[in-house]
Amino acid sequence: MTRFTPRFYVAAAIVAAVLLFGVLGPLVFSGHELGTVVGGLYDHPSGRLWLGTDNIGHDVFTNLMYGTRTSLVIGLVAGALATLIGVVVGTLAGYRGGALEEALMGVTNVILAIPSIVVLILISIALGTRSTVAMAVVLGVTSWPWTARAVRAQAASVRTREHLDVARLSGAGTMSLICYDVVPYMLSYLCMAFVLQVSSAVLNEAALSMLGLGPSGGVSLGIMLHWALAWESVRTGAWWAFVPPTLLLTLLAFALLMLQSSLDEVFNPRLRRFLRRRRPAATPTAEAA
Amino acid sequence: MALTADVTSADAAAAEEGQAASTSLLRYLARKAAWYLGALVVAIVLNFLLPRLIPGNPVDAIVSSLGRGGVEGSQLRAIHEHYVHEFGLDKPMWQQFLIYLGNLAHGNLGTSFAQSPASVSDLIAQALPWSIALQLPAILIGWIVGNGLGAIAAYRGGWFDRGAFLGSLFTSSMPYYCLAILLLYLLAVAIPVLPPTGGYSFGNVPELSGAFVADALTHYWLPFLSLVLVFVGGQAVGMRSMAVYELGSDYVNYGRGLGLRDRTLVRYIFRNAMLPQVTGLALSIGTLVGGALITEIVFSYPGVGTLLFTAISQNDYPVVAGLTLLIAVAVLVANFCVEIAYGVIDPRIRAANRGER
Repeated sequence: MTRFTPRFYVAAAIVAAVLLFGVLGPLVFSGHELGTVVGGLYDHPSGRLWLGTDNIGHDVFTNLMYGTRTSLVIGLVAGALATLIGVVVGTLAGYRGGALEEALMGVTNVILAIPSIVVLILISIALGTRSTVAMAVVLGVTSWPWTARAVRAQAASVRTREHLDVARLSGAGTMSLICYDVVPYMLSYLCMAFVLQVSSAVLNEAALSMLGLGPSGGVSLGIMLHWALAWESVRTGAWWAFVPPTLLLTLLAFALLMLQSSLDEVFNPRLRRFLRRRRPAATPTAEAA
Repeated sequence: MALTADVTSADAAAAEEGQAASTSLLRYLARKAAWYLGALVVAIVLNFLLPRLIPGNPVDAIVSSLGRGGVEGSQLRAIHEHYVHEFGLDKPMWQQFLIYLGNLAHGNLGTSFAQSPASVSDLIAQALPWSIALQLPAILIGWIVGNGLGAIAAYRGGWFDRGAFLGSLFTSSMPYYCLAILLLYLLAVAIPVLPPTGGYSFGNVPELSGAFVADALTHYWLPFLSLVLVFVGGQAVGMRSMAVYELGSDYVNYGRGLGLRDRTLVRYIFRNAMLPQVTGLALSIGTLVGGALITEIVFSYPGVGTLLFTAISQNDYPVVAGLTLLIAVAVLVANFCVEIAYGVIDPRIRAANRGER
């Protein structure tokens, strides 16, 4: 079987650490309640308040834990939803073909053509108040099209394989064919698509929150940045208010991308052999130059 | 006799093929135009419909927020009626949509709620030049530098490749607004070498004078730098992987076997590797309007992003809807142009349309 690269372990460890911080952090470091005033405007970090306070005197470290949790929940729910819709639409289109494919791909391409930030802004505004789950659903239902398009291409290529003929001859129905004979062939791809969807959902949530359209009443990494910017923490030098969420977002985005590309290397043996082979091929030119 | 017949039939076949090629190109263009027209209609409908789905309606929302600000009851009712009438909210939905379309055709995006007499088009016309002046140079310079860096990295290999690749990967996968925030803190607050905020100094009035331009330029550096770094990174990663792929391909090995000079090979390689990069350039020019919304917010730069931000915080729905429509249209037009250019340039797409492949 396949061997995981060191890159994979590093990326997976970072992602796991962030997950643990968001899930277990609030249980372990339960010194301050979320949303209680523990100090003044931008108090410096101290032994009691590890990362100081934000613009309304809340503990930044507590905000960071709950914010990470919210961002992760939104990322995972939106990523799962987007991947699910993408797989259903993509396999149906790719496997069934014909008029159904034309119709589904038509819808997909039209949605793909309209920039998602526009749809996100408009829907978020129309919602008025937005819960965390509502945000996740909005992000999920706007980001499935590219997964659907890629899955359709994969499903269409799987469709012509011989094991499907065998399954059809033994009397399998369409649903069972899709579930047992088509989708498993794309699982490795779906893993990577899911990771990418999670990362883009986390980043989109942050972007929307910074525009002022974040989940109402809660705290997420993007909302922390929104308040930090709105209350001039950057310009007054209150680094503890904006550096932690910025670094956490960067770390998470980078680790998820790294996870995706190392998964790609594991699942796609051609990529690995290619990596080894091209080195000697590239050196002669380097010497000539 | 037989020979001439052969020649004429071959001529006829060639002419037929040429005609088929041009009609298939036309068909390709027509189909693409239809798709993008469809997408445009969807975008317009979304822009019309979604702000009208706000619980109650936008006018109720804005008037109730005025009410919280301590405006008298009778005055409120007058404002409410004025807005309801102006936005035609007392008419049925289909009539509203027709009015909306008519206004759009005249370039009329409505009146701003928050800055009341100002029309949305005027507000956008004030902000848009700032955004374009910020982004267009950043995109072009980032594209040139990034492609050069990626190509050199792939060509040289070794430590230079590793360093350039990792660096580019990092800046390109880092969320662009995070980079902007960190740069702002480092270069304007921790080591105050550049002004931290705005497009020009406070108290300065936008005009075409040397002093103003110099002032605007010092404010320009930080947002520009934060955008350019991200573009360079993204382009370098893309160009490097394309060039590496081409360097290992069969035609390069074959060319080497034939003893072609390096310069010739490099020309072939880059011509092949450039196509997706050119697409990338065209597409990022399409996202010009909406691509750096948050960078502008971080630096309080007086562009489209800051306008959108204030409009959202003031519930100024006409401005928000006007901006989202503008962003959508810019992206659609750029994508459409790319598709057309591809249909004309890339022989593979023409062939696919004739059903040869």
